[in-house]
This record gives sequence, structure tokens and C-alpha cells, in this order.
Amino acid sequence: MMWRVGTVVELHDETTTARTITLEVPDWPGHLPGQHVDVRLTAADGCSAVRSYSLASAANFEARVQITVERFPNGEVSPYLTQEVILGDRLELRGPIGGWFVWRSGQTEPIQLIAGGSGVVPLMAMIRSRVLVGSAAPFRLLYSVRDPGAVFYRDELLSLAEKAESMTIDYAYTRATPKEWNRPPGRIDATLIANTTWPANLSPTCYVCGPTSFVEAVADLLIAAGINRDNIRTERFGPTGDRK
Amino acid sequence: MGVISRGFSGRQTADSANLPPGQYLTTDFPVLSAGPTPRIPLDHWEFTIRDENNALLRRWDWKTFRALPTETPTVDLHCVTRWSKLGTSWEGVSLDTLLADVQTEASYVMAHSFGDYSTNLPLNDLKNGKAWIAFRFNGKDLEPEHGGPVRLLVPHLYLWKSAKWVRGLQFMAHDKPGFWEGLGYHLYGDPWREQRYSDDK
Repeated sequence: MMWRVGTVVELHDETTTARTITLEVPDWPGHLPGQHVDVRLTAADGCSAVRSYSLASAANFEARVQITVERFPNGEVSPYLTQEVILGDRLELRGPIGGWFVWRSGQTEPIQLIAGGSGVVPLMAMIRSRVLVGSAAPFRLLYSVRDPGAVFYRDELLSLAEKAESMTIDYAYTRATPKEWNRPPGRIDATLIANTTWPANLSPTCYVCGPTSFVEAVADLLIAAGINRDNIRTERFGPTGDRK
Repeated sequence: MGVISRGFSGRQTADSANLPPGQYLTTDFPVLSAGPTPRIPLDHWEFTIRDENNALLRRWDWKTFRALPTETPTVDLHCVTRWSKLGTSWEGVSLDTLLADVQTEASYVMAHSFGDYSTNLPLNDLKNGKAWIAFRFNGKDLEPEHGGPVRLLVPHLYLWKSAKWVRGLQFMAHDKPGFWEGLGYHLYGDPWREQRYSDDK
């Protein structure tokens, strides 16, 4: 798989610690939502570091791809990508990679997306792809975040939720909620799964992405709610995995 | 070669010398799995070896498996997602013990797991002290999220080859991709040759 060069054409801070980088990659081969790329940084002395990041952009054959990078305080790569990179910089990347944690536009069954923190990134690529291809597959997103300020893609999710025919989005705030929120801060539990996700009798395909402990807990809750384990796809990242 | 990243200085640690190309050191034990973690009660557990036609050659239940002699290898782990963890302590049964006296012409095996995961390996990579069926990590029973009750441990290949929740081996006359190998990952997966993806040399 060849390394390609992308030029940074847009930067957007999603939160105080996460940034979306849009790259123009002239020879980009296209990707499926859920796939990731390897990004390589090379120092002047030749020392290089590579990390994987989920693609945030919809599947398309245009020459633009987006990644959203969460900064890990002691990371080797993420502080550079979220703080140092400026418009016009060139980054090396290769991909797309991965063929399991993907949504294909031919899938018509109900889709349940469940994100923990920055695990929303590959799920956002699925949501954007669904809009782009005009798919009628019923989508729901349950998005667990620390507090309202930690939500990625806030305005875009808000406008998606306002379109009635579009999709349902629910949030679980773990540390602090918006004012007059109807649920105290807390992790996703069986009640929330029962109230905000597709029931098992609709045979949804579930995509769960987040930190390991989150994915473990949510996958167990889905199984307890009667979801067929074969229909649960997971993507996890560890605390120092520096992987989205 | 590639593009120099303006203002980037990499982190060259003393341990980098021990690491395969493109890997970085972690002291955590991150988890990567395609689906929910299976929970396998020990009284339902079994490990089997089957021939090319799926005929049963060997079978152990938990009791007979744990009656086998064990080894305590200390090995380095290298994950294709780029983390490496050095000097990990395991206890397990050597594949040499499990494959002893098993006659086969096969050159490859498919390792099968509870939860339908599979991964392919050359048979020779499981022999001569290079692979174990491991049930203990750092002195404790292997946790389900890390593959417990037992996982395959083949530390000289990328960690996805060390199938979690392994339940058996099937001989194959010819090499055939397992789960990740059919989804774009390398058929063999040698970290020192950086064989991450299908078309890596």
C-alpha cells in the first residue's frame, strides 16, 4: 500500500482537545465509512512516527479526506497534529485500511451507532455517507461524552437531528449534563439502551466504538438486550493506543 | 523519501532498538477485537486438533488440558496497530506438547476461536518452542477481554495471529486467509519485516 501526500486545506477545532484536519489528496482511491488511515510524521533527522486515525469524511471519490484527532497529553503524534499543523502543511498517509468495521450503502437494515468519546469519528463517516448516498436505512446514534463541551461535530449533529426523516440522536453525559437534562450524569446502562436504541426484534446491526472499557460494557448490554452477538461490530482503542 | 514534517521531532527512546520498525512502546495492554467478548464457561471449554477434512485428531477438555505440562515464557508482543509491549510473562502449554505424535502432511493451520474468529499460520511457526496455548498472564488467569480462558500465543508474529478464545486448530494443505487476513491484513504478519497489510512485501 503506497504512501500518498495530502495537503492540509482546512483545520477545525471540535473541542479544546480535538481537531479535524481536512487533507487534499489528489490520488485518493476512495474509502468506506469506518475505515482508517495511517498518518506518518517524519522529523528532519529521519526519525518517523506513524499512527492510525479513523476517517471522518463520507465515502466519496473526491480528493478530500478528513480525520479528527484527539490530543493525548503525552502522545508523540497527536499533540503535533492538533497544535502544530497549519494550512498548507503536507502530511503523508496511506490507506484506506480495514474492511470489518464499515457500513456499506447497500445495507438496508436498521443501524445502531454507539460512540464513546472520540469513538464517534468512524460513526460520523457512516452518518455522512448515509446522507451523501440518500440511503433510507434507519440510523440511530447514542453518543456518550464527558460533558456538553466534549461533543464533536456539534452543529452538524444538531441539524441532522432536526430533520425528522433523518435520524435519531441521543446523548449520554457521564460527568456533566446540559441544563435541565432529564438524566443525571452517568454511563450508558440497560435503561438507556432500552429507551434509545433499536430493539432486538428489528435485527439492527450495531457499531460500537470507544475506549476498551466502554466497548466491553456496551457490547455486554446489547447482548443482554437480546441483540445477536454476530450483529455487533466493535472498534476499541486503549489509553495509550493513540488510535481513534 | 517522504515529506519532512515541519517542526516535528520524533521521540527516540532507549528501547526503540528492541522494537520492530514502526512500533512504539507501551506499558498498557490495549485490546483489539472485532466483536463482543465471548464468555466461555470452563465446563464448556474444549481444544481440538482436526485434519484437513475436519476429522477429530485430538481433543482436550479443561481438566485434561490443565493436566499437561506447562511452560512460563517471557515474550515481547507486537500489535499491528503499532504498540509493542516488552517482557510479558505467560503460562501455557507448548504447541510442541499438543502436536506431539500428531501425524500430518499439512503445512498450514487455521486457528479457530469461540466467537468465530480465525487466523491462518504455517504449521512450522507453531513448533520448536515458538507457540503456546496460554491461560495465565502476569501470574493471573487470563481475563476474557485478553482472550481468556485461553489464547494462542505466537509472539514472533503480529499479535492478531495470537488468536484470543482459541478453541482449536485445523490442518490445511494450502494457506488460506483467516478473519483479518481476508480483510486486508498480511497473510503471514512478521513484525520485523513490517508485514502489516496484504500487499506489504
